[in-house]
Amino acid sequence: MPTDVENWKSEVYGNEIREHLMEFAEEGWESIPEDEHDAWFERFKWWGLYHQRNGQESYFMMRIGTPNGVLKPGQAEVVADIADEYARGPAENPEFGDAYVDWTTRQSIQLHWIRLEDVPEIFETLEANGLSTQQACGDSWRNIVGCPVAGKDSAEFVDALPVAMDLNETFKGNDDHSNLPRKWKVSVTGCEEGCGQGDINDLAFEPAEKDGVKGFNVRVGGGLSRNEPRLARSLDVFVPPEEADAVAGGISALFNDHGDREDRYNARMKFLTDEWGTEKIRRVLQEEYVDFELQTAGEDLRDEYTYNSGRNDDGHHDHIGVHEQNDGNYYVGLNVLVGRMGADDTRELARIADEYGSGEVRVTQRQNVIVTDVPEANLDDLLAEDLLDTYEPDPHTFMRGSIACTGTEFCSLSIVETKNRQVRYARWLKDNVEVPAGVEDFHIHLSGCTASCAQPQIADISLRGMKTRKDGEAVEALDIGLGGGLGEDPRFAEWVEQRVPADEVPGAIGNLLANFEERRQGDESFRDFVERTDEETLAELVEPEETDYEDPYMHNTKLTWYPYADEDDMDASPAPARADGSPIPSDD
Amino acid sequence: MSVALRVLDDGAWVSVNDERRVSVSELWRVGDPDACACECADYVVEGFTDVGADGRTVTADVYGQCIRCGQAASVPGLPVGRIVDGEFRPVAGEAIRFPRGGLGAPQALPLPGSVGED
Repeated sequence: MPTDVENWKSEVYGNEIREHLMEFAEEGWESIPEDEHDAWFERFKWWGLYHQRNGQESYFMMRIGTPNGVLKPGQAEVVADIADEYARGPAENPEFGDAYVDWTTRQSIQLHWIRLEDVPEIFETLEANGLSTQQACGDSWRNIVGCPVAGKDSAEFVDALPVAMDLNETFKGNDDHSNLPRKWKVSVTGCEEGCGQGDINDLAFEPAEKDGVKGFNVRVGGGLSRNEPRLARSLDVFVPPEEADAVAGGISALFNDHGDREDRYNARMKFLTDEWGTEKIRRVLQEEYVDFELQTAGEDLRDEYTYNSGRNDDGHHDHIGVHEQNDGNYYVGLNVLVGRMGADDTRELARIADEYGSGEVRVTQRQNVIVTDVPEANLDDLLAEDLLDTYEPDPHTFMRGSIACTGTEFCSLSIVETKNRQVRYARWLKDNVEVPAGVEDFHIHLSGCTASCAQPQIADISLRGMKTRKDGEAVEALDIGLGGGLGEDPRFAEWVEQRVPADEVPGAIGNLLANFEERRQGDESFRDFVERTDEETLAELVEPEETDYEDPYMHNTKLTWYPYADEDDMDASPAPARADGSPIPSDD
Repeated sequence: MSVALRVLDDGAWVSVNDERRVSVSELWRVGDPDACACECADYVVEGFTDVGADGRTVTADVYGQCIRCGQAASVPGLPVGRIVDGEFRPVAGEAIRFPRGGLGAPQALPLPGSVGED
C-alpha cells in the first residue's frame, strides 16, 4: 500500500508546489488548513522549506542549494543580506546571535526562523541573483556535491565542475525526475584526492581513465543514515564527461521505477543495491535505460585518495589554509567552527572575496568556506583581515576537525543538542588536551541522531546522540565511535562506547588521546591505531570522566521550545506566530 | 469521528490529526521479554516505523534500545496515547508500556546496576 507521503506526492508535487506555496505565503500561515499541515509541510521540502520542530511552529528552515558548493561573485552577500533580514527568530543563540548562516556538509546553505509570509520576497531575491531553493530537500535530486575547488585544483585529474553544473541544469526542475521514491544524492569528483566523498552518495562519479579518455567510473548505493551505512559500490561502468547526463538520468529513472515506494525506510538506493546487486543494476540499466553500449570501468585513482582518510599520508584532508590553484592564483580555506557564521561575518566574507579574489566563495563538505582566485600579491592583505581571527586559515587541530549537525535547536529528528555543545567541546579540548605529536588533522563529528547529517561514521571520533540516566535523571548522552575515514580504503567507525553522558565526553576524548599517545607505534595515525586494536581494548581506552567542562544542555532539550531561551518550557513558546511575530492563540 | 494517524519526519514523530504529538528520543518503560532481558526496559525511542490503533488506544511500532542493558530492539504496537472525546491524550511518561497496546500503572524504575537481571 502506498504511504501517506506517496499519496500526497501523487496529488501535488515538484514544480507545481510553488504555486500553492505562494498562495499560502500571500494569505499567511493560518491559511494552511490544519488537517493538511502534514501534507503541505512534506511538499514544501521540495522547495527547500523544512518546517521547524515542535514549539517552533510556523517557522521554517530554508535550504539553498549551491551546486558543488560554488557561490558566484556577489551571491555570498545576497545570502548574508537575506539572513540578516529574514532569519531572525524570537530568541537568540548564545554562541551565534540571532541571524546566521549554516554551511552544510552537502555544500549547501541553511537559514532558520524563516516565515512563510517572507518566502516570495526571498525567492525573488535569490532567483534574481542566480540562487535557488528548488529540490534542496524532498524526494528528488539534491544539491550535487564534489571537490570544492573543482576547476581550480592543482591535483585535478578531470574537470568535474562542468559535469556537476550540467547535471544540476538537467535534473533541477525536471519533471521526469522530480518525484523519486526518496532523496537522491549525487557526487561528482574530478580530483586525485577523493574530495567529492562519492563513497557516501546514492550516485557517485569518480575520476578514471579508459583508452586514453579521462572521465568517470560510476558507483551507486552509498549513504550513512539509519544505522545502515553503506559504501557506494562499483557498477563497472566508465563514462566520458559528455555521457554523464545520459547515464545519470538512466540510473535516476531506474531508481524512480524500482525504488521502494511502499516503505520509506527501505526506499534509498543503497537498499535497492543490496537487494539487486550491482550486476543486475548494470544489466537493467543497459537493457532499459540507456540507448548506447555502456563501457566497462576504467582505471580509477582510488589508491591515491587521501581526503578525510584519517591516515598519516601527507595528503589533503580538508581545504583549510592557503593553496596554489592550477592557474597560479591561490585559494584560502577558512575554518568555520561547526559551519555557522553570523550574517555580518558572511557579508564581510563576501567583501573579502570581492576585494582580494574574484568574489567567488565556495563551501566544503567539512562546513568550511573557501575564498578563491586570490593573486599571490593579495595574500598578505587577505590574511591580515580581522575576519580571519575568527575563521582561521590555520586553526588549532580541534577547532579544525569539528563538525556538527543542526541538533535539537531546530531539528525534529535529533536526540541531543549539537552545535553549541560541539563549540564548547572544541574550546575545552583546545585548552585542556594535548594534540598527539605530529597530528594536524583530527576529525570529531557530532550528529544528533542516526540520520548522520554530520557524517559521524567517517571521522576519527564519531559522536552520535543518545540518552542515558545519570544519578537517576535522564540526560543527553553520546555514543562514541572510533577510526572512521575515507581515502583509499574507506571504513566506518567502530561504535565502542555507548551512552556516555554528554558532560563526560570531553574527558573521555582527553583520556583516549592520552592512551593513544602512550600506545601508538612511531607516528602511526589514530585510524591505523584503531584498526590494529581490538574493540574491547578500545572501549577500555575511552574512559569517560567528569572534568571542569560544563555542559548547559544536559536536560532534555527536545522538550524545550528553544534550548537557549530564558524560559524554555514548551508552554512558553511564542509559536506559531503571525508574520509580525505575534503569537497565534490556540483554539483549545 | 476519524482520526488521522501517521509517522512523520523520517520516523521522528507520531502525528495525530496533523499535529506532531509524540517524539522520538524519550525514555519509555517497556515490558516486553522479546525486547531485552530486563523486567522493565528503560527504552530510548530512536524511531517510529508505523502507527495504528487498538480501539481508542493509539499504538506505534518503534525501534530503539534499552539503556539499562544496551540491547537494541524493535517493539511492535506500544501504546502512545488514547483518543478521549476526540482529543489525543499521551501516555504518561512513567507508565509501563506493553506490546499490542497494553499499559501498566506508573512505577519507579528498578535500581541502576541490575542490568538484565531485574
